Amino acid sequence: MSPIVSVSHLSKKFPGLTAVDDLSFTVMPGDVYGFLGQNGAGKSTTMRMLLTLIRSSGGSIHIFDKELAANRHDILRRVGAVIEKPDLYKYLTAWQNLAIFARMSGIRPAKTLLMNQLQLVGLADRAHDKVKNFSQGMKQRLGIAVALVHDPSLIILDEPTNGLDPQGIAEMRQLILRLSNEMGKTVIVSSHLLGEIELMANRMLIINKGRKVVEGHVAELLDPARTIVQVDTPDTAAALRVIGDSAWAARLKSSTPLIRIEMHRNEIPALAGILVNAGISLQGLVPKHSLEEYFLSLTTIPGQHVATFAD
Amino acid sequence: MWQLLQIELFKISRRPRTYIAFAVITALCLVFQFAFKMDGESYLKLMLQNVDLDFDLDKKKVINGYFMCYIILNTLLVQVPILVALIAGDSISGEANMGTLRLLLTKPFSRTQLILAKFIAAVIFTTMLLLWMAVSALVLSMLIFGVDDMMIFRVKGDASQILLIQQDDVVWRYVAAFGFATVALTVIAALALLLSVFAENSIGPIVASVCIVIVCTVISNINVPIIDKNIKPWLFTSDLVGWKGFFYIKVDEEGVPIRGSLENWPAIRNSLFKLLANIGVLLGTAIWVFRKKDVLS
Amino acid sequence: MKQMIFSLLALAGASNAQAQDVTALVQKVKAKIDLVNDYEAAGQMKTNVSFLKVPVSTIKVYYKKPNKLKIKSEKGISFVPRGAVSINVGALLNTTAYTVLDAGMDKIDGKPVKVVKLLPVDDNAEVILSTLYIDETNLIIRKSKTTTKTNGSYQLEMTYGKYIPYGLPDKVVFSFNTRDYKLPKGVTFDFDDGTSNNTPAADKNKQGRAEISFSSYTINKGVNDSVFQ
Repeated sequence: MSPIVSVSHLSKKFPGLTAVDDLSFTVMPGDVYGFLGQNGAGKSTTMRMLLTLIRSSGGSIHIFDKELAANRHDILRRVGAVIEKPDLYKYLTAWQNLAIFARMSGIRPAKTLLMNQLQLVGLADRAHDKVKNFSQGMKQRLGIAVALVHDPSLIILDEPTNGLDPQGIAEMRQLILRLSNEMGKTVIVSSHLLGEIELMANRMLIINKGRKVVEGHVAELLDPARTIVQVDTPDTAAALRVIGDSAWAARLKSSTPLIRIEMHRNEIPALAGILVNAGISLQGLVPKHSLEEYFLSLTTIPGQHVATFAD
Repeated sequence: MWQLLQIELFKISRRPRTYIAFAVITALCLVFQFAFKMDGESYLKLMLQNVDLDFDLDKKKVINGYFMCYIILNTLLVQVPILVALIAGDSISGEANMGTLRLLLTKPFSRTQLILAKFIAAVIFTTMLLLWMAVSALVLSMLIFGVDDMMIFRVKGDASQILLIQQDDVVWRYVAAFGFATVALTVIAALALLLSVFAENSIGPIVASVCIVIVCTVISNINVPIIDKNIKPWLFTSDLVGWKGFFYIKVDEEGVPIRGSLENWPAIRNSLFKLLANIGVLLGTAIWVFRKKDVLS
Repeated sequence: MKQMIFSLLALAGASNAQAQDVTALVQKVKAKIDLVNDYEAAGQMKTNVSFLKVPVSTIKVYYKKPNKLKIKSEKGISFVPRGAVSINVGALLNTTAYTVLDAGMDKIDGKPVKVVKLLPVDDNAEVILSTLYIDETNLIIRKSKTTTKTNGSYQLEMTYGKYIPYGLPDKVVFSFNTRDYKLPKGVTFDFDDGTSNNTPAADKNKQGRAEISFSSYTINKGVNDSVFQ
């Protein structure tokens, strides 16, 4: 099976800034491909290069087995996108926006098709309202409808949950999973939240400062056998003694200021058991993926870990 | 391409600001017509100066539809560039500002096609604006004031002149003049479009286009030989008033106007070529810049 | 001017016999003119003034004795020189009491003409002096020069054809003084086509001309007074 998107040694230099540096990755058919990185890591720049909004400084992009620049029209006909905020023509209605972008994508949409699309995103009853009266969530959903109206095989969503309320985030997540599972689309979705990607993507890429950090299957990268457990206790010295005598002694990752042990998620109750039995006053055991630890160290200011990773 | 153009025209037609231009033109024409209906003779007295003392002429006949339209165009065509810039200056920057540009450019057509569609849409808007102006300044004036021979006051070099064109020799001149004005205003559209490519809000290019027009017009009106010779020929604003050339009728040795003639067709033609060249350069630059532009909005 | 007139008067006094001759001549001319009580004439007027670029206009001229004259444009707009009401020389002979002086002979188009000067008796008359060039055989005035108090000088040159029995010309060339014309600055925004008007200084002397060619006269058929309003 040949990849849907194949990017090799891609780079983009702006004056005084290398936004993307020697980046290579592949997206396979049916993937929900997560694109993870902090703000300014180069996610948007890369996605814009995939959509020919930005010209690359080097490297190559192939989509549907064709070189992007040379086959721009053919490729874009089969791609749908929402880049950052789904801004649409505020002075037009939802219906008019959808019809315009359908025609721009090269199709002559039937009325039923447009209605179906609006139904899919739950905007059928607001079809003839002007977009300027829409909430952020409604705009986001209309943006998705616009991205899907020409039945693309590849959908590129840049931070689709930005600005949405928790319910909106959940709906978006479900929609993306439906696109992949029920409609067989390939989706590239970016986020600065690992938790988001974890819940949607089957494969993922982490980039930092324009360079690839890691690429792979989410299941492997977020392997439960490599969970880091942080032991929260006022009685650190006693707790360390207990752990030192246990089977996890060899897997102690740090002892000060926090005790962190790498273990399988399943082992957490057992660890809790021995600590409690030893009379340690335990305030909590916080499990984190090693990848998550790593990602957080890239993306957050020390001391704010937990706040950012609230899922 | 046709599809894109249709969409652009649809978008323009749906924006309230499009109709501001038409409303402004209608309002100004009505103000002029009302003022001249009430007291056109005072204006005529000012323009005639002493001629009124030496010659007897029927002032009611002078203030006719053809005369009115010329007076209105004379004043209004100075302001219409602002209205054209209002639409054309928003073409790209407005989309960037709204956030729709990035979506637009992920659709399967080239940036050249998009610019051309925007440009043609702006030209169509300009043409509609001038057609509307022809209706409200010429047709409406003709209905209100009737038609007769057309009087034109002109300063030529150091001398002032009064030209009189027979009424059956006027209409074709207006057709030609409106055609010329369309080309002239298309230069403004191309200029505003070019500036629009650089900006991410629509106010900047609109204001910048208007400022350029104002500055160039002011320079065009400075009567200093060094500017006349070296700078004026390069300013497109010097050519914007070229439509008037169609009303400068040629006269024979005895000073009698020759029906159907133009005093200086080569000058009009050269102005037209200069304006077309301006359009070509501005539009070409806009396409060139836009094709290379990274869309970060 | 007055001095010149006095010296002319002195000259005239010296040749009284001649003066009687010319007075009789003028009377004969006037008698011929008096045959026409009124007329309505159709014609064309060509205005030649440096700042006016106007087409030839089709006009109607209405006249009623003693001195009513109106030029009306048939179609379109026309600039009628205000002084053109004097194109009928007869009016001059009809209205004013005057002294006639003989100023010798001259030639117009190769034909001999008698030159006479008319001095209105009334000091307050608008006309100060008129010079007439009279064709003695046909008893018609071929040319006149008139100096007025307030409207400067004007000159009439007449060419005759089939209306010669009534002393009515086929063509009148009316020459007059006009004031210079200068538009207020900055009101026109003109198209500068690169040609500037380098008017020679001599042209600044503003002489206007109006040529009226008559195609037909309707004589003594009555003219309604309302046209002179």
